[in-house]
Amino acid sequence: MVLLSPFFARPLSAQENPYFVTYDHYLEEPGNLEIEYFSTFATERGGNNFHSYWTEFEYGATAWWTTEFYLDAQTTFQDSTVFTGFKWENRFRPLKREHLINPILYVEYENINRADKTLKEVVGHDVEEDFREANGDARRDIEHEVELKLLLSSTAKGWNFSENIIAEKNLSNAPWEFGYAAGVSRPLSLGASAKRCNFCRQNFVAGLEMYGGLGDRHSFSLHHTSHYLAPALAWNMPSGWTLRLSPGFGLNDNSHKFLLRWGVSREIDGFGDMVRRLFGGRS
Amino acid sequence: MKVVLAAMCICGILLLASVLLANGQNEKKTAPSGDVYAELGKAPEKARLRANPFENDAKAMAAGRLLYEDHCAECHGGNAEGGKGRTKGPSLRAPEVQNAPPGTLFWVLTNGVVRKGMPVWSRLPEPQRWALVRYIKSLGTAEDPPPPKP
Repeated sequence: MVLLSPFFARPLSAQENPYFVTYDHYLEEPGNLEIEYFSTFATERGGNNFHSYWTEFEYGATAWWTTEFYLDAQTTFQDSTVFTGFKWENRFRPLKREHLINPILYVEYENINRADKTLKEVVGHDVEEDFREANGDARRDIEHEVELKLLLSSTAKGWNFSENIIAEKNLSNAPWEFGYAAGVSRPLSLGASAKRCNFCRQNFVAGLEMYGGLGDRHSFSLHHTSHYLAPALAWNMPSGWTLRLSPGFGLNDNSHKFLLRWGVSREIDGFGDMVRRLFGGRS
Repeated sequence: MKVVLAAMCICGILLLASVLLANGQNEKKTAPSGDVYAELGKAPEKARLRANPFENDAKAMAAGRLLYEDHCAECHGGNAEGGKGRTKGPSLRAPEVQNAPPGTLFWVLTNGVVRKGMPVWSRLPEPQRWALVRYIKSLGTAEDPPPPKP
């Protein structure tokens, strides 16, 4: 029952941004667990369209440290469904207070196979043709990668501006690869409602993301890279659920022509307390 | 496959260890102490002097109550007299808070007290943070009865 109790715990009305790829500087609240499911459908010219999906378990370890565990999988149409690996991500807030630009340090370890198609970040020379390989072949090649990001984010008059600089290294003999993501978002209304409501404008946050690769250490350029522009919308419901939707459009011939992303998440308070009780701690 | 399972186990153990370590750390940092309200004194004068635009707005108070339930009650308690458990926050009905200028409370909400467990709340738009301040100030000290729910 203790293990199940997070699913019956009091949900929190979240205040999530609509981004799928870009990170802002807001960390998970201490002791809270957010369970998130995301999907990406992508068209593939010269290959089979695919649907990738991942689950995130995001935990607020402290007010300055959020830790997150991912499980990734994908289905390629006319091919197969495969589990593609897992990731462990940590975000750290180095500064005590809010500033004009707020930095967050991001460190991630990835254990994924080459069949991974989540497009959670686009780096190096990631291009559409990389995704044509059959799952049976691609899944055999396991990649151990470290990803570092500098997340910069500002909030002013309800607008959030976030810029992410990405560096990723395959721990085998491969060069550092670079990428970027940037996003802007704003709630449809800044005011607060005196009543709980599902469809109040302040529950909706609209935004726009752009992300892509910047080559690698040997060829830091836009040559043979892919880039995407994606409007995004989040609906934060008073019940604690958040829904996100984002159609994405490839900006050059190396990009998938169209991506459709959607996601659902729910924040649960008191998870840290529950784990502590499980191991004999007191409330 | 064995390598993947082993790596997943290691990551799972590390994740669990990080949760437990963080729990212990938070517990120490949020333990009641005399300087728990010290952050209030660090608000710059410019921030302290800001007036609440919703000072006399009853609707803002009702909105602030909902925001409080969603974002603050978990740590500070349903009646704002301080939370229980790992994420316990100080009482917001203490004289230090109730006598603080609205601008000071707004500044603390915006910046959080990150090293002591309170996250930044600048993700809430300014009008919502002011509504929260309006509600918190309406609570009075622990000796006063809480305001009736609308």
